[in-house]
Amino acid sequence: MCLGIPGQIVEITDAPRMMAMAEVSGVRREVNVACIAQGPLAGLIGKWALIHVGFAMSEIDEDEAAKTLEALRGLGEAQETLEAMAAGDAALEGRS
Amino acid sequence: MKYADEFRDPKAARALLDRIAVVVDQIGATAERPVSIMEICGGHTHAIFRYGLDKLTPPGIEFIHGPGCPVCVLPMSRVDECVELAEQPGVIFTTFGDAMRVPGTRKSLLQAKADGADIRMVYSPLDALEIARRNPDRQVVFFGLGFETTTPSTALSIQQAAAEGLENFSVFCNHITVPPPIRALLDDPHMTLDGFVGPGHVSMVIGVHPYDFIAETYGKPLVVAGFEPLDLLQSVLMVLEQIRDGRAEIENQYARVVPEHGNPVSLAAIADVYEERPSFEWRGLGEIDASGLRIRGRYAAFDAEEKFGIGYGAGPRAVAEPEGCACGAVMTGRMKPVECPNFGTGCTPEMPLGALMVSSEGACAAYYQYGGARAATAAE
Ligand code: SF4
Repeated sequence: MCLGIPGQIVEITDAPRMMAMAEVSGVRREVNVACIAQGPLAGLIGKWALIHVGFAMSEIDEDEAAKTLEALRGLGEAQETLEAMAAGDAALEGRS
Repeated sequence: MKYADEFRDPKAARALLDRIAVVVDQIGATAERPVSIMEICGGHTHAIFRYGLDKLTPPGIEFIHGPGCPVCVLPMSRVDECVELAEQPGVIFTTFGDAMRVPGTRKSLLQAKADGADIRMVYSPLDALEIARRNPDRQVVFFGLGFETTTPSTALSIQQAAAEGLENFSVFCNHITVPPPIRALLDDPHMTLDGFVGPGHVSMVIGVHPYDFIAETYGKPLVVAGFEPLDLLQSVLMVLEQIRDGRAEIENQYARVVPEHGNPVSLAAIADVYEERPSFEWRGLGEIDASGLRIRGRYAAFDAEEKFGIGYGAGPRAVAEPEGCACGAVMTGRMKPVECPNFGTGCTPEMPLGALMVSSEGACAAYYQYGGARAATAAE
């Protein structure tokens, strides 16, 4: 829960709510980008960020993203986070 | 040096370990009289065990595992209140999965779910918001848990709910802050800490200055660290160099992610939505002044404690910890996890008795998970 996971912003989905689509380890997930938004949201597309519980908290560069992901994999946290995302999707439908 | 081979850059790891050994010698620390360094963050605890850093570094360094795992410090009374909320008719209780197995006095959330409560594991408070939108006839409660890293996410979610006028969403707020327990530990006359490795992602939100008192008032060094193994070694070296030189400063090893003044949007959201509680209970540590946050009056409609009359101020609070649980002693560094009589017998990750066994960030679970591998390596 406390360790973020790197994701790349690929699309702005709901500008008034500060929501964007991020790609996290091959999985797409809508995230809130309020904390890294400076200027127009479109400027975030292609950028990498550390994502904590669905919120992009800090912009990072691509190299940092790769290193962080590797560290998370080593700890088993990357898998845990992806499973938590899947559980969250299931919870929306009441399947969890 | 088996573990060092697992590093992304084994040569860099070896170089850092050599430099650490030199500085430990210069300090004159030995296994009998070690320097004690507390890593505050549970993510660091996990990484230290995973990479065997406690074994790779010289015996003159002792790692003390700090209180920085929010699941581990969650008191039983709060778990009981979660169960009480989840068992209210019409409630959908949403939580991070980590919290499901934390023992309460009656049951854990996992048991409450098995007994029929509608408890759903979510990845994000945004999932809880969406569940509230889709279920207008149900009350959706989100279990807000965590340090400054996750606090902004619930603050922003509450702001969003307020903007939408979402009346069936509320947060059971258990957010806690890192600096107060550090102050409490430093005030403990039995505590012999020489320096700290500070949390990276908490600091990304709050910046480095909330730690200034550690250097200024208590004369101890702190280095904010990333959680890659090389980051940790580098940070330990920086702490040791300060000790050797008689300095006490707050340094930032993780400047590529941690801005000096933190994240302004997050801090503004936290300040808007939350205020300090006079005190908050920590499992194993007791009540600590100004260490928890509650939802401000202007957002009372989104405060599950207000909405359901459950929580602080709603009844007597003192709840004993389970019999034979040594979590408090482990968390203050007075005892090693393996010295707890329940370790590995009455208390395992599958059937945790104490909270330190619940999350991979808890010291006991980390010992349990990696202890076997380490013992095997030592025997080689
Ligand atoms: S082994 Fe279990 S009961 Fe003992 S200190 Fe660790 S978590 Fe607590």
